Amino acid sequence: MSDKVMVTTTVNGEECEALVEPRTLLVHMIRESLHLTGTHIGCDTTSCGACTVLLDGRPVKSCTILAVQANGRELATVEGLEAADGLSPVQEGFKEEHGLHCGYCTPGMMMTVTALLEENPNPSEDEIRKAISGNLCRCTGYVNIIKAVHYAAKKKEGAAA
Amino acid sequence: MLPSTFDYVAPTSLDEAVQALAAGAGDAKIMAGGQSLLPMMKLRLASPGMIIDLNGIAGLDTLEESDGMLRIGALVRHADLENSDLVRDRYPIIHDAAQHVADPLIRNRGTFCGSLAHGDPAGDWATVATTLGAELHAVGPNGAVVHSAHDFQTSMFETQLGMDQILVEARIPAPKAGQGSAYLKIERKVGDYAAAAVGVMIVLDGTTVTEASIGLTNVGPLTINATDAAASLVGKSIDDAAALEEAGRLAAEISEPSSDLRGPEEYKRDLVRVLTKRALRTAGARAQGKEA
Ligand SMILES: Cc1cc2nc3c(=O)[nH]c(=O)nc-3n(C[C@H](O)[C@H](O)[C@H](O)COP(=O)(O)OP(=O)(O)OC[C@H]3O[C@@H](n4cnc5c(N)ncnc54)[C@H](O)[C@@H]3O)c2cc1C
Ligand code: FES
Ligand code: FES
Repeated sequence: MSDKVMVTTTVNGEECEALVEPRTLLVHMIRESLHLTGTHIGCDTTSCGACTVLLDGRPVKSCTILAVQANGRELATVEGLEAADGLSPVQEGFKEEHGLHCGYCTPGMMMTVTALLEENPNPSEDEIRKAISGNLCRCTGYVNIIKAVHYAAKKKEGAAA
Repeated sequence: MLPSTFDYVAPTSLDEAVQALAAGAGDAKIMAGGQSLLPMMKLRLASPGMIIDLNGIAGLDTLEESDGMLRIGALVRHADLENSDLVRDRYPIIHDAAQHVADPLIRNRGTFCGSLAHGDPAGDWATVATTLGAELHAVGPNGAVVHSAHDFQTSMFETQLGMDQILVEARIPAPKAGQGSAYLKIERKVGDYAAAAVGVMIVLDGTTVTEASIGLTNVGPLTINATDAAASLVGKSIDDAAALEEAGRLAAEISEPSSDLRGPEEYKRDLVRVLTKRALRTAGARAQGKEA
């Protein structure tokens, strides 16, 4: 009875279809059906945030959502950050401020930060720390990630002005 | 890790959901935020044959005050409570707790009602609901049912909610004049359940406590309603340090923590004592309009 179902989503602005089992997790659909492997699987137990994507603009753990639940909804993954004119301010911030070492947490971290800056264009250090507290990084100690977010906020502000 | 196979149903009305749940006859599970259910399914601690997803049902995301009650619908997420001005201004205990439930990503999915339905004594919302005397409005094949938050949990992960019932809304009495509340949680890190947490609600006439209620998280097999500790405060001044100490002592006495990786039993019991006093002081300051 658990026949495969067709899931239609808008991923990074493009309509995508995938035929999946109801038990397929969103992260598997993204990685294995849509071949967007920028979204990582870290813990697989809802603890690390490596799998963070934006579902209708809100950062969520794609290892803890069913792919079918994204039907008709909008997804944003790390692959969508770069625009025709280059890296997004968040990506540029992580590059310029060395906001990554091994890079495993980085796609999820950048999605969370992207959503944060949409909501709060000029976050304080405390607000940044709180916003990224569900995304674990085993390398950086977070200090350069926070610098990267400040960089991105400034860059965005400059672009808006 | 994949859950075992199941049929997926996404009803667009509550009636359809109730019918599907009845038809699922014990093998169907409601999914709200999925932030407790899916982790359990991935670990195969739960293997329901059918998932009934509430997320497509319109109108379950009500978060408003009407007729003297705060109404929290089944799809109100932890983050909705965290970000609500109404909640911050009028229900500080909910605002306090919302910032410490799981982590920000889980808070974008997980729901208040789902947490109550999960029946976990480590859940922060069960304590808040008990402390504020919430009414839990459910619906089943035989119509509407109202449960009380006080005796809602029956054993670990078991609640009064029938297998065929859906929790539709929690209703919390709006604050009275002179009411203050607070929630204090000690956690080892973001995303961890409480080593211990305490919720308090008091009503003051001047500085005299006229009503009090105290709830305890993750220090026993059930969420604890510390009635003796609360009753000991009635008639006392909120500035009476000895009265607060006594309430803390009684709350610690009724708690039944077990030693685990979050700490030994004695430590958790003492956390209850200290957090109770601190939460009472904060609630007292809030009741008097002095933010603590
Ligand atoms: C890493 C991690 C850390 C966490 N930390 C905390 C924490 O610190 N504090 C805390 O309180 N919680 C914590 N949680 C749990 C989280 O808050 C969940 O969101 C919550 O327990 C369940 O809500 P949900 O909406 O996700 O429910 P679901 O996972 O969808 O459902 C949970 C259970 O309730 C039932 N159910 C859900 N909604 C209804 C309904 N409306 N009617 C009938 N039955 C229903 C389901 O069938 C299932 O049995 C944590 C979870 C994780 C994964
Ligand atoms: S892989 Fe999803 S939270 Fe770790
Ligand atoms: S850069 Fe290695 S985990 Fe964050």
